[in-house]
Amino acid sequence: MTAETLLERITDYTNRPDPWPLYAELREAGPVVRQADGSHLVGTYHEILALLHDPRISADPRSRTTPSPEPAGELPKPPFLRLDDPEHHRLRTLAMRPFGPPHSPARVDSLRGEINRITAELIESLRGRERVDIVDDFAYPLPVTVICRLLGVPRKDEPMFREWTDVIVAAADIGPGEDTHQQDKAAMQARQEMGHYLLDLADQRRGRPTGDLLSAFVNEPDPTQRLTPDELASTAVLLLIAGHETTVNLITNGVLTLLRRPDQLDVLRREPGLLPRAVEELLRYEPPVHMRERYPLADVDIAGSTLPKGAPVVLAMASGNRDPARFPDPDRFDPTRSDNEHLGFGSGVHLCFGGPLARIEAQIALGALISRLGTATLLQDPPPYRANAMLRGPRHLPLEFAPD
Amino acid sequence: MPGDLLQSRIVVVGASLAGLRAAERLRDEGFTGSLTIVGDEPHPPYDRPPLSKQVLFGKVPAHSTGLPMRRDPHAEWRLGVPATGLDTGRKQVLLADGESLPYDRVLIATGTRARPWPHPQEAALDGVFTLRTSDDAELLAERLNAGPRRVLVIGGGFTGSEIASACRERGIEVTLTERGPAPLVGALGGTLAKLAAAMQRNHGVDLRCGVTVSALRGDGRFTGADLSDGSRIDADVCVVAMGAVRNVEWLAESGLAAGVRGVACDAGCRAFNMYGIVTDDVFVAGDVSRFPHPLFDYQLLSLEHWRNAVEQAEVAAHNMVSPEPRRRPHLAVPTFWSSQFGLNIKSVGVPTFSDHVVIAQGSLEARRLAMVYGFRGRVTAAVTVDMAKSLEYYQNLIETAAPFPPVSGASDRPPAAEVPVPSDVPDPSGLYHGPTVALTGHLPDRRLVMMRPTG
Amino acid sequence: MQIVVDLTRCQGYAQCVFLAPEVFTLHDQEALLYQPAVPEVQRERARQAAAACPVQAILLGEEVSPGAR
Repeated sequence: MTAETLLERITDYTNRPDPWPLYAELREAGPVVRQADGSHLVGTYHEILALLHDPRISADPRSRTTPSPEPAGELPKPPFLRLDDPEHHRLRTLAMRPFGPPHSPARVDSLRGEINRITAELIESLRGRERVDIVDDFAYPLPVTVICRLLGVPRKDEPMFREWTDVIVAAADIGPGEDTHQQDKAAMQARQEMGHYLLDLADQRRGRPTGDLLSAFVNEPDPTQRLTPDELASTAVLLLIAGHETTVNLITNGVLTLLRRPDQLDVLRREPGLLPRAVEELLRYEPPVHMRERYPLADVDIAGSTLPKGAPVVLAMASGNRDPARFPDPDRFDPTRSDNEHLGFGSGVHLCFGGPLARIEAQIALGALISRLGTATLLQDPPPYRANAMLRGPRHLPLEFAPD
Repeated sequence: MPGDLLQSRIVVVGASLAGLRAAERLRDEGFTGSLTIVGDEPHPPYDRPPLSKQVLFGKVPAHSTGLPMRRDPHAEWRLGVPATGLDTGRKQVLLADGESLPYDRVLIATGTRARPWPHPQEAALDGVFTLRTSDDAELLAERLNAGPRRVLVIGGGFTGSEIASACRERGIEVTLTERGPAPLVGALGGTLAKLAAAMQRNHGVDLRCGVTVSALRGDGRFTGADLSDGSRIDADVCVVAMGAVRNVEWLAESGLAAGVRGVACDAGCRAFNMYGIVTDDVFVAGDVSRFPHPLFDYQLLSLEHWRNAVEQAEVAAHNMVSPEPRRRPHLAVPTFWSSQFGLNIKSVGVPTFSDHVVIAQGSLEARRLAMVYGFRGRVTAAVTVDMAKSLEYYQNLIETAAPFPPVSGASDRPPAAEVPVPSDVPDPSGLYHGPTVALTGHLPDRRLVMMRPTG
Repeated sequence: MQIVVDLTRCQGYAQCVFLAPEVFTLHDQEALLYQPAVPEVQRERARQAAAACPVQAILLGEEVSPGAR
C-alpha cells in the first residue's frame, strides 16, 4: 500500500485498536507525507513540534483554501481552540481569568477535595460488583461531574448535552476528504443549541453568582475583560466538551494500559509517588487526542518538503509521541521515564487549556483504582473503540473483579 | 588512556552553577577519581537570578536559593576559601589558606563579581550596595524592608532594571540613572530600549538617561548623589548596578590568556595560554570564559547567562574525561531571560550581533511581541516580550542562518514587519551597563548601513 | 527540598502554577516566580508540577550540605 493512503488507513475504524504500526509507517515515509487529497500528514516529533510553534501555521479552518475553499460565510467564527493569535490569545486569556493563573492560580488546585469525593463515591458504587464498564461506570461520570460543577451546568442535563456533544465531536473528527457537508450542518446546529443553553444558564447567574465559571464570565465587572454573548457561548461549549471528552479517554487508556502491563501496575501500587509521572507517560503512550489539523498561511518549507499555503496539514501527535528519534524505546510504557516532553497536550500557544485539571482527575482516578485493579481482568482485549479517530479511546472497557 | 582520565584528580575552581553542574556531569561520565570543588563564598552553590526578583520582592529569604543537585557529585567542598593562584607547571591550585591542591585536570569556573563604585570612600558609605551574592541580596532586602524614602539605582542593564522593578513592586520610590540613551539599549538595541524606558516610567520609576553620577554624598550614611546635569538625588539607598568584573586576578601568574574580558578557550572549553596555544589540562566554563562561536563569525563570546553556565560546564566536564576523538564542541545558541515590570523578556542568539531588526509578531503597543535581529541578511537573534512560546521558532531560524527579514506569514504579524529598522546597538563604552551578550570583537552595526529587504 | 527552574526553557505554560500555586506564581502574563526552598507540605505538589512541565524545566533535589564530602 502506498503512503498516499496513510490518513485513510489511520482513520479507518478497523485500525482504531492498533494504529501504532501505521504511525511507524508514517514516520518511515515522512517526515512529511502527501495524501491523495492534497493534504499532508506529519508524524515525526521534531517536525510536529516545529509546526506547532510556527507562527505561519494556522489553527483556523477558515484558512483552508484547498482542495476546496469553504464557501464564504458558511463557517461561523470558531472557538479559541481553532483561532489564531492575536484573537486566540485575547479569548484564551479572558477564558483563563476565572480558571487559572495569573488571576485564579489556585482554582484547579482547590478542586482536589471535590474530585477526591466524587471519585470515592464512584468507587463505592462499584463495590461488590463483579462486572464493571470502566467507561460508563467510572471514567465518563467523573470528568462530567467535575466539569459540570466547575462550569456551573446542572449534572442532570447530561443526556441533553451529551447528544449535542456527540454530533459536534463527530463533525470535528479528522478523515480523508469525504463529503462532510451534512455532518457539518448538524454540528453547527448543535453548537448553536448548546450555546443558547449555556448562555441561558449564564444569564440566570447574572447578578447572582454561584462561584462557577459561567458566573464569573457573565459577572466580569471590567467591560474590556468581558466575553461577548457569542464569545461566551462558543467558549462555554468548548470548555464543556473538552472538559470531559478527552479526560474519559485518558482515564480509560490508563486502566487499559495498566491491566495490559501488570508489572507496571505492581510498580505503581508499591510506589504511588510515581503516579504523576505515570500520567505523563500515559499522555505520551496513549494520548487522548491523536491528531490536530492545521493550515499554512504561507508556503512552509520543512524537512525538505513544502507545505502549500491553505492545504490541510494533519499533525499526528500520537505518532510523534512514539518517535524513536525523540524517545528511546518509545513503544515501552515506562512510568519512570525521564525527559518526557510528550505531545499529549500539544505544544505552543494551543497547549491544552484544561490540561492541569485532566492531570489531577487522572491522578486521583487512577490512584483510587490501582489498589483494586490487582484482582481485575479485561473481558475484551482490545476493547470496542469509539468511532472518533482524533479523540481515540475505548467506548467500553468491561472488567471482571474477583469477588472480595 | 580513558581509564586514566576517569581515575585522575580533578579540581573545580568555582562553586556556583557552572562548578556544580560540571561536577555532576563528571560523575555521569563515569569519573571515579578525586573531585575537589573550591568556592570563595562560604555558601554551597545557590541560584542567583531570584536574588534580584523574588528576594527583593520580600517573598523569599536571600539564603534560601540553594541549587538542587542533579546527583550527588561526591566531591570534597572547600567553601569560603578563595583560590589565589594556578601553577600550571606543577599542576597545583593555590588557596588563600596556604594550601595547594594538586590536579591532573582543572576547571576554571570562577565567574564574575559586581563592578564596584569606582570611589572606594563613597562606595563604603552605609546604604551603598551592589548585588551579586546572596549576602549582598540579604543586606539589600533588609534595607528595602525598612522602607527607604528613595532608592537610587546606578545602571540600566538587566540587573539595575530588575532592582528598580522590585522597588516599584513594593511601592518604594526609585530613581534609575543610565549613562546611555535608554535602559537595556546595550543588550537589546534601540527599539526595545524605548519600550523598556516606557515601562519604567509607566511604573513610576524616575528614569534619568544620558546622565552620569558624579558623586555619592553622605557623612557615614548615604544621603544622595550629584548628577552630571547638575541635579541632585536625595535617597537613602544606592545600588550600584554597573555590570560585572570577571574573577581572573588569581590567574595573573598562570600564563593563561586571562584578562578583563575573561579566560579565552576553544569551543571544547580548553583554555588558551598567553601565546594563544590551547592547553591540555586546563578547562574553562561559565561567566568567566570567552569562547568562539561559529554562528557569530567565530568571535569570542563572553556570556553572563545562566544557561550558558550549565551547557558549557557540561561540555567541559565531558571533554575533561574524554579522549580527543570523543570531545564535543560547545555550540549552544546563547539564550537568556529577564523579568521586570511584569514583562517576561527572553532572548536567543546575540542581539548585539545585528544591523537591523523587525517586529515579526505582536506589537510594542500590546507589549507582547517577537523582535527578530538580522546581520547582513541573515537572522542572528530574536527577543520575545511575553511571547516565549514563539522563541524556539526563531531559534531554529538562527541555527539555520535563515534569511533576514524572515519569511512573513504569521497571523499576528504587524504591518511594520515589512520594514526593518536599524538595530541601533550603541558602543558599550558609552553605557553604564555592558551588554549581557558581549561580542568582544567589533560591534557589527556601527556603520548603521541601511539594508533593503529583498523579495 | 530545593527547586530550580531553567527559565531559559520555560515558555510560560504555567502548568506548575496550577498544580502547586503556593510554590509557583505568575507575575503578570508570563514571568514565572517560585519559592526555591519547598516547604514539607508542598513537596508532593512540587513533584506533580515538575512532572507536568511541558518543557521539563523544573529540577527538584537536595542542596549540597555544607561539610559534605
